[in-house]
Amino acid sequence: MLALFYIFIAVAVGVSFWQITRVMNLRSVIANDDDNDKQGKIALGFMVFLYAMMIYCLLAMNVIMLPESASIEGEHDDRLFNITFILIGVVQFIMQFLIFFFTYKYRGNKDKKALFFADSHKLELIWTVIPAVTIVLLIGYGLWQWNNVMYVGDEENPIVIEVYSQQFRWDARYAGADNELGLGNVNFIDINKTNTMGVDMSDPKAQDDKQVTELYLPKGKKILFKFRSQDVLHSAYMPHFRAQMNCVPGMVTQFSFTPKYTTEEMRKNPEVIAKAKGINKIRQAKGEDPYVFDYLLLCNKICGASHYNMQMKITVVEEEDYKKWLGEQKTLAQRIQ
Amino acid sequence: MSGEHHHHKETFVTKYIFSTDHKMISKQFLITGMFMGIIGVFMSMLFRLQIAWPEKSFSIITAFLGDHQQTDGVMNADTYLALVTIHGTIMVFFVLTAGLSGTFSNLLIPLQIGARDMASGFMNMLSYWLFFLSSVVMVVSLFVEAGPASAGWTIYPPLSALKLAIPGSGLGMTLWLVSMAIFIASSLIGSLNYIVTVLNLRTKGMKMTRLPLTMWAFFVTAIIGVISFPVLLSAALLLIFDRSFGTSFFLSDIFISGEVLHYQGGSPVLFEHLFWFLGHPEVYIILLPALGISSEVISTNARKPIFGYRAMIGSILGIAFLSTIVWGHHMFISGMNPFLGSVFTFTTVLIAIPSAVKAFNYVTTLWKGNLQLNPAMLFSIGLVSTFVTGGLTGLVLGDSALDINVHDTYFVVAHFHLVMGVSALFGMFAGVYHWYPKMYGRMMNKVMGYWHFWLTIISAYGVFFPMHFIGLAGLPRRYYTNTNFPMFDDLADINVFMTVMAIIGGVAQLIFLANFFISMYRGQKATQNPWKSNTLEWTTPVEHIHGNWPGKIPEVHRWAYDYSKVDDNGNYVHGQDFVLQTVPLKDGEEPS
Repeated sequence: MLALFYIFIAVAVGVSFWQITRVMNLRSVIANDDDNDKQGKIALGFMVFLYAMMIYCLLAMNVIMLPESASIEGEHDDRLFNITFILIGVVQFIMQFLIFFFTYKYRGNKDKKALFFADSHKLELIWTVIPAVTIVLLIGYGLWQWNNVMYVGDEENPIVIEVYSQQFRWDARYAGADNELGLGNVNFIDINKTNTMGVDMSDPKAQDDKQVTELYLPKGKKILFKFRSQDVLHSAYMPHFRAQMNCVPGMVTQFSFTPKYTTEEMRKNPEVIAKAKGINKIRQAKGEDPYVFDYLLLCNKICGASHYNMQMKITVVEEEDYKKWLGEQKTLAQRIQ
Repeated sequence: MSGEHHHHKETFVTKYIFSTDHKMISKQFLITGMFMGIIGVFMSMLFRLQIAWPEKSFSIITAFLGDHQQTDGVMNADTYLALVTIHGTIMVFFVLTAGLSGTFSNLLIPLQIGARDMASGFMNMLSYWLFFLSSVVMVVSLFVEAGPASAGWTIYPPLSALKLAIPGSGLGMTLWLVSMAIFIASSLIGSLNYIVTVLNLRTKGMKMTRLPLTMWAFFVTAIIGVISFPVLLSAALLLIFDRSFGTSFFLSDIFISGEVLHYQGGSPVLFEHLFWFLGHPEVYIILLPALGISSEVISTNARKPIFGYRAMIGSILGIAFLSTIVWGHHMFISGMNPFLGSVFTFTTVLIAIPSAVKAFNYVTTLWKGNLQLNPAMLFSIGLVSTFVTGGLTGLVLGDSALDINVHDTYFVVAHFHLVMGVSALFGMFAGVYHWYPKMYGRMMNKVMGYWHFWLTIISAYGVFFPMHFIGLAGLPRRYYTNTNFPMFDDLADINVFMTVMAIIGGVAQLIFLANFFISMYRGQKATQNPWKSNTLEWTTPVEHIHGNWPGKIPEVHRWAYDYSKVDDNGNYVHGQDFVLQTVPLKDGEEPS
C-alpha cells in the first residue's frame, strides 16, 4: 500500500508540474541578453560557492583524515601525496576560476563580437609540455616509492606473518622460531582438529607456527605479510601503515612494512588526539563508550553480507614485549592434536 | 508531407516500434535510457539513506523493498550490496553507454555527415531491440527471490561465482550475465554500424578533417567499443562456464560452508584482467561522446570556433589509444606482478596529457567568446568543471604508490563519479537540451533548464566533493554501515550532508523529466536552426522525413566551426556570425 502512496505522490508532483507549466511561458526557450547576463552572474556566484566549499573542506576536514604514517615506508607515501595534492589543488583553483570567470566575463549580448581564434601552436605546445614534464617528475618519485614498498630483499631478513581471510574474519599465523611458514592449503582444513587455516601438519616447518586472532608487531622491525584467502577475494587494508593487498584464493600475495610507532606512542600523537577528541564528543552525546585509538586491519574488497564488519586489531609494541607475547602463544603442534 | 519523397506506407508498428529510421531509434534509446536512469538514480537514493541513517526505519524502504530485503524499514546488508551493484551496472552500461552513445550516435551520425540513414537500418533496429531485451532481463533480475547480482558491478569471482558466498550470486547473477551478453551484442552491432557509416556515407566534400568533433568522438568511441567489449563477453562466458559447468577458469582452492570445492588452478586475477580490459576503455566509451557533444555545444554557443580542432582530434585518438593499455591501474593491489604495476602507472598518468589539452582548449574556446548561456551551454561548462575536478584526483589514483592507501575507499568513488558519472551525465543533458528541437520539433523551456542545471551542479559537488575527504579518512566503499568502527564516527555528519545533497539532486531531475515530457507536446515549435549552428543537421526540415533531406543531399564546402569569421575590416565574411558548412567559400576567403 505504501508503494501506492508514493506513486500517488509522484503523480501529484507530476500534475503540479503540469499545472505550473500552464502558467509558465513555454515560448521562452532561447537565451536572450537578459538571460546571458543573469546566468553569467549566477556562474560567478557559483564560483564563490565552489571556492568556499573547497576551502572549507580543506581546512575543516583536516582533523578527520588519517594521522601521519605509522610505518617507515609510508613516510614517502605521505610526502608524495602532499606534493601531488598541492599540485592538483593549485591547478584546480586556477582552472575553476578560469572556467566560471570566463563564463561571467564573456557572457554574450547583441553588440558583442566573438574573437575568431581557432589555433595557436605555441599555446598548445605550452600546455602539452608543462603537464608532461610535471607528471614525469611525479611518476619518477611514485615508481621509486612503489619499488620501495613492493620488493622485499632477502638481506633485510623480515619477520614473516601470514594473514588469512575468510567470510567474515581474519586470522594470523606467525612463522615461529624458524621464521618459515608451513605449507598451507584449503585441503588441510580440519575444523574438528582446530586446523582452521589449513596448515599441512606433516610439514616440519609448520610445527612451530603460531595461530592468533590479533596482530602484535614489534616496532622498528621489517614485517613481511603473506596473504591467503579461504573463500572469496578479500583485501587486507591497514590504512595507518599505508598498506593494502588483496587476499586471493589459490594464490599467496605479500606486502611488507616497518612499524614506526607503538600503539601507545601513536595515542600521544597530536593528530590522533585531535581526531579522538572529535569522535568522543559525538560518542558522549550518544552515551557510548569513549574511543581509544588502535591500529586496525579492515577488509576492503566486497566479500559478502558482513563485509562491513571484518576487522582485526593490530597492536604495535616494543621488541621485548613482542617476544614475551609471542612466547606465550601456543604452537600449532601444541594446538592441533 | 510531400508525396514524392514518401516511398512506402508506414504502419504504427513500423513507424514507432520496429522502425529502421535512425531518428526514431535514437528516441527509443533515449527513452529507454531515461527509464533505466530513473531506476538507477532511485536506487542510489535508497542506499544513501542507509549510509546516512544506518539504524533508522524508513517507510519508503518498506514500500519498495520486499520482506526478504528489509526488516522493519531498514534494508538488509545483502540488499545494500545488491543496490550498489545494480546502481553501478545500470548507470554505467544502460544509461551512460546505451542511453548516451546510442541516442546521439544514432541521431547525429547520419545528420551531421550528410547521409540518408545508417549504413544498415536493420542492424540499427536490431541493436536497439537487443538493448531493450537486455534492459528487460536486467529489470526482471531485480524481482528474483534471492535478490539481483550483489557482488559489485565489477562482479569479481569467486564472490560472483558462488551462491554460497552471497545469495545474489544465484539466479540474480545468471540473469545479470545473460543481460550483459545481450547488451554487448547490441553494443557491437551498433558500433560496427557507426564505424561503417562514418567511413562510407559522408556526403561530398565532408572530408574526415571537416567532421564536427561530435562525429570524431562517436567514431572513435565505436572503435574502442569494438575492440574491448568482446573481451568482456568472453569473461562473462567463462564465468558462466565456471558457475554452471564446473570449469575452473577463475576459481581455485576454495573452502566454503564446511567443504572444499573441486575448483583447481584458476585465478580471479585473470578475471580482473579480462574485466578491466573492457572496464577501463568503458570509461572513455562513456566520456568521449560527452566530450564530443560539449565541444559542439560550447563552440556553437560561444559563437567561436572550437580552439585547436586538430589538437582535439589528436587528444581523442591519444586518449583512445592509451585507454586500451591502462586497465591494470585498477589492479595495483590485486596480487599481480609489481613490475606490471610500474608499467600501468606510467601509461595511466600519460592520459593526463591529452586530457589536459582538452580542458585547456575548452577554456580557451570560452575566452573572448560571445557566450549564449542556454541550458545546453551551462551543462557543457559544468562538464568541463567536473571533468577537471574529477580528473585531477586521477593523478593520485593512477600513481601505484599512492593508490595503495586510497584504493577502494570513498576517494575512488568521488573520483570516478565526478570525472565520468557527473561529467557524462552533463554531456547527455547538454545533448538533450541542444538537439531536442531536432528530435521532437519543439523546444525545451529554458527557465526549467536553468533550475535543473544549477540544482544539479550544486548537489553534484555537494555530494562528491566532501566524499574525497571521507576516503582520505580511510573509509572503505561498499560498507553497509560503518558504525562498527569507532574511528569513523566523526564521518557521520558528512554522510548526512551528502545524502541530503543527493536527494536534492535526485529531486531536481524531476524538473528535467517534466520539462522533457511537457515540451514534447506543448513546447514551442522549433525553427529550422534555432541555435544558429553550422552543422548539417540544421539544414534538414523540422518535420522528420525518411532520408533526412527532401531533395539532394547538400554538399559540404568548409569545416564546422566558422563562427564569427571576419574579414580584414572586421566585418562578418558572410554577414552573420555563423556560416553553414554548405556555404561555398567566397572569392578570396581563406579556408579555416
